[in-house]
Amino acid sequence: MNDTATPLLGVRGLTLDIPMSSGVLHAVRGIDFDLHRGETLCIVGESGSGKSLTSLAIMGLLDKNIRRSAERMEFDGIDLLSASRRQMRSLRGDRIAMIFQEPMTSLNPAYTIGDQLMEALRLHRNVSREKARARAVELLEKVGITAAASRLGQYPHQLSGGLRQRVVIAMALMCEPELIIADEPTTALDVTIQAQILSLLVELTREMGVAMILITHDLGVVARVADKVGVMYAGELVETGPAADVFGKPLHPYTRGLLRCIPQPGKTQRGAELGTIPGIVPSLIGDVQGCAFRTRCPHAIDACRDAIPERGTPPHEFLCVHPDGARAAEGEPA
Amino acid sequence: MNAPVLELRNVAKTYRVKQGLFGKAKPLNAVNDVSLTLNKGEVLGLVGESGCGKSTLAKILLGLEAPTAGQVLVDGEEIGGQGRLALARRIQPIFQDPYSSLNPRKTIADIVSLPLRVHGVGDATSRAKSVRETLELVGLPARVLNTYPSQMSGGQRQRVAIARALIMHPEIVICDEPTSALDVSVQSQILNLLNDLRKEFGLTYLFISHDLAVVEHLATRVAVMYLGRIVEEANVADLFDAPRHPYSRALLNSVLTPDPSQGVPDTQLGAAYPNPINPPSGCHFHPRCPFAQSHCKANAPRPVPREGGHVECHLHDPDSPMYRPDFTV
Amino acid sequence: MALQRIADPLLEEITGPNPRQILRKRVTGHAGLLFGVGVVLVLLIIAILAPVLAPHDPYAQNLANRMVKPVFMGGTWEHPLGTDHLGRDYLSRLIYGARVSLLIGTVAALISGVIGTAMGVAAGYFGGKVDAVVTFLINVRLAMPVVLVALAVVAILGGSLQVVIGVLGLLLWDRFAVVMRASTLQVRRREYVAAAQAIGASTPRVILSEIMPNIANNLIVIVTLEMAHAILLEAALSFLGLGVQPPTPSWGLMVSEGKNMMLFEPWLVLIPGIVLFILVLAINLMGDGLRDVTAPENRS
Repeated sequence: MNDTATPLLGVRGLTLDIPMSSGVLHAVRGIDFDLHRGETLCIVGESGSGKSLTSLAIMGLLDKNIRRSAERMEFDGIDLLSASRRQMRSLRGDRIAMIFQEPMTSLNPAYTIGDQLMEALRLHRNVSREKARARAVELLEKVGITAAASRLGQYPHQLSGGLRQRVVIAMALMCEPELIIADEPTTALDVTIQAQILSLLVELTREMGVAMILITHDLGVVARVADKVGVMYAGELVETGPAADVFGKPLHPYTRGLLRCIPQPGKTQRGAELGTIPGIVPSLIGDVQGCAFRTRCPHAIDACRDAIPERGTPPHEFLCVHPDGARAAEGEPA
Repeated sequence: MNAPVLELRNVAKTYRVKQGLFGKAKPLNAVNDVSLTLNKGEVLGLVGESGCGKSTLAKILLGLEAPTAGQVLVDGEEIGGQGRLALARRIQPIFQDPYSSLNPRKTIADIVSLPLRVHGVGDATSRAKSVRETLELVGLPARVLNTYPSQMSGGQRQRVAIARALIMHPEIVICDEPTSALDVSVQSQILNLLNDLRKEFGLTYLFISHDLAVVEHLATRVAVMYLGRIVEEANVADLFDAPRHPYSRALLNSVLTPDPSQGVPDTQLGAAYPNPINPPSGCHFHPRCPFAQSHCKANAPRPVPREGGHVECHLHDPDSPMYRPDFTV
Repeated sequence: MALQRIADPLLEEITGPNPRQILRKRVTGHAGLLFGVGVVLVLLIIAILAPVLAPHDPYAQNLANRMVKPVFMGGTWEHPLGTDHLGRDYLSRLIYGARVSLLIGTVAALISGVIGTAMGVAAGYFGGKVDAVVTFLINVRLAMPVVLVALAVVAILGGSLQVVIGVLGLLLWDRFAVVMRASTLQVRRREYVAAAQAIGASTPRVILSEIMPNIANNLIVIVTLEMAHAILLEAALSFLGLGVQPPTPSWGLMVSEGKNMMLFEPWLVLIPGIVLFILVLAINLMGDGLRDVTAPENRS
């Protein structure tokens, strides 16, 4: 990865606060990442880690009561923090596209697929109906939908879940976006369909040079799709790095714990005890100090209550007081 | 250890589905001539895509749906003759969504003691004792007794659901996607708990899941379901190491292990899952099968025995012209 | 030994208040609900204690003292709200009238509530033919104009408190049936219903202890709305002379009796009208408030 070039998307110190009746919920607490053209970043985390809010914050689609702040948030030189609503609207769907978990939420049941595909293009580009139609057919074919021309007149409910998600992907690609943000795009689908949709996403982003942020809770998906991985816990990116490094040599105790929790065919012995992460995610309401994972961490020490230094060497970095990620303490060679 | 506790003989469930306002009702074979045996202490994993009939099968076993044909035998006795209460004592469910499986208006004590009250077991004090013991068994302190489901996390709720299922000491537990609504770190706790409880009480599980890694981890035998039929059934090692049915192979291929050195696999399942109202002729799987020939289109395969089960594929049938004894995919 | 390993050490954190505490907090923070409940309670107490509170016999006529003005318009404290065209004490009639309004509202809402809930829950739970029949009955009922049917029935049977209650009770169940059917459909798909069935619970048990508690909040809201509806319909019927018959004091009847003198003595109409308005407003505020505070808190 070329870290010297200006990234397509640069985020520094993104913070999201939600005022609640019982205090301020610090949902996202100062995350940094860079995304270059053509790169795929997977943000993985459990529910409540703030991963979905992060994607909405980039798109400018947060609820009004959520306070967003950051040192820097730039998309191809455009400051997303100061961008007006109009600017954001013209970016969304044009240069940045979004794919949601449930395809039915992004497709309007009252309009045909063709109408919605063409609308996506004609909203941002001044093209004729014929051209938009041709592009719609071309993209439906590209996402592997057979008899594309005849599908244009169909309504979303006439398609299966997998086909709908393909239509959503085609819709996202209509304007040749430079960045796609996909939030759990395959969670609602069967495993067989999941594999098809993921390979489609990987192929298309590679072929068209599109950058992608893929948000998921599934470590398997991350490993197979990501160039870069960000592991999110309690509103922080606790470990970031190239996929091979994060999975091959996980440094943060949370990442290591997660990987031990899932049965891995071939590695885990069948029927054996699985690893667990005891406890629950701490409340992020009020002042949060030190390492948020310390209440569940097997290696927590007193110093974990203080500010946590960033460790590791770019591009593989992690947040922990233990410089070696406590590998030694777990009886593994460092 | 190997006595069959649950046996399904040629069980079928057909719904009549109306298409459109004036359309003629068409039969939908949700479960189509399924025969299965669960032996004491084993975990039978049931896998398949959504709509394959695995949830309908679970409902039949729980007595929530009546089969249209065939027999379900518990300990050699037919379900119909046992009555609903007798069946409920022996088979209990754990559902997928712990947010929906607990009545939000009831306290945890009420929820867990409901089976005892329905079956009129013991008096108030002995029930309360039994509830406390069962909660302890699933790792919940007695303090939760007077709390409500809304005050608990997903993992805690699933523990309550497990306690409710176990309080009557059933022999068989139907686990319908018990961890798919939970976070990864909680999922492993629940899987460990289920595994421990099985060993401790000699329980038999029917474990329904779409997560093949979980099934491989927990199950002792696996049944693969496609369009209402069990297309392959085998011991877990045999199925995962050497799947015989092309569909089993496709399913296994689609498992995404967290291995960054591999890309996204090609399942080679070209076509979409067929509409169960108009199932394909012959072998139901032939439109998606990379090995299909014209023979598959015309003839339905018959079950051929294999270790710990059977497989339904012409490639493995010695009487079929397509027979390839060396075919392991 | 296995237990130690299974137990979740952070389980001490049972988070958040329980549903009852949430409910209490929401109720005490809801001004509209508190106002509505307060007004309805006060009127209820007045209605119950009418014989004690009323300064005069509401039926006692005094033709020498007709249409005495209320105290704030220059009348005397002998008749704080004046007297009507037959010289009856207006305040006493108003107090006794609260009995009629609240009785009709409550009993009619109860009767229609029982009918509508039974039909709606049965339709939602059993589905199929039961649902088809109930849906048909609802449609038949919705096709009947309530006021015209009530007028016709009362005209045939003669107006009386019992007839008005009966007619309204038998006519106002449609909203109960529609809402209870929809709520039941929603709740019966929840897995806890299947879990109770799998435990072996009988159908009445499943309906009463698993389904009803989860649709009760909607039921309460409709009860209040239909109460207000029934009270207004009674007033309308009485106004038209087809409801409660004179000399029984009813607010609708009082408006009707005062309308002849409306241009000269507008307070004859205004006083019962305003009281009726306040009662109906309070009941509606109560219903709205109940809907707000009992909204499902479970899935937050």
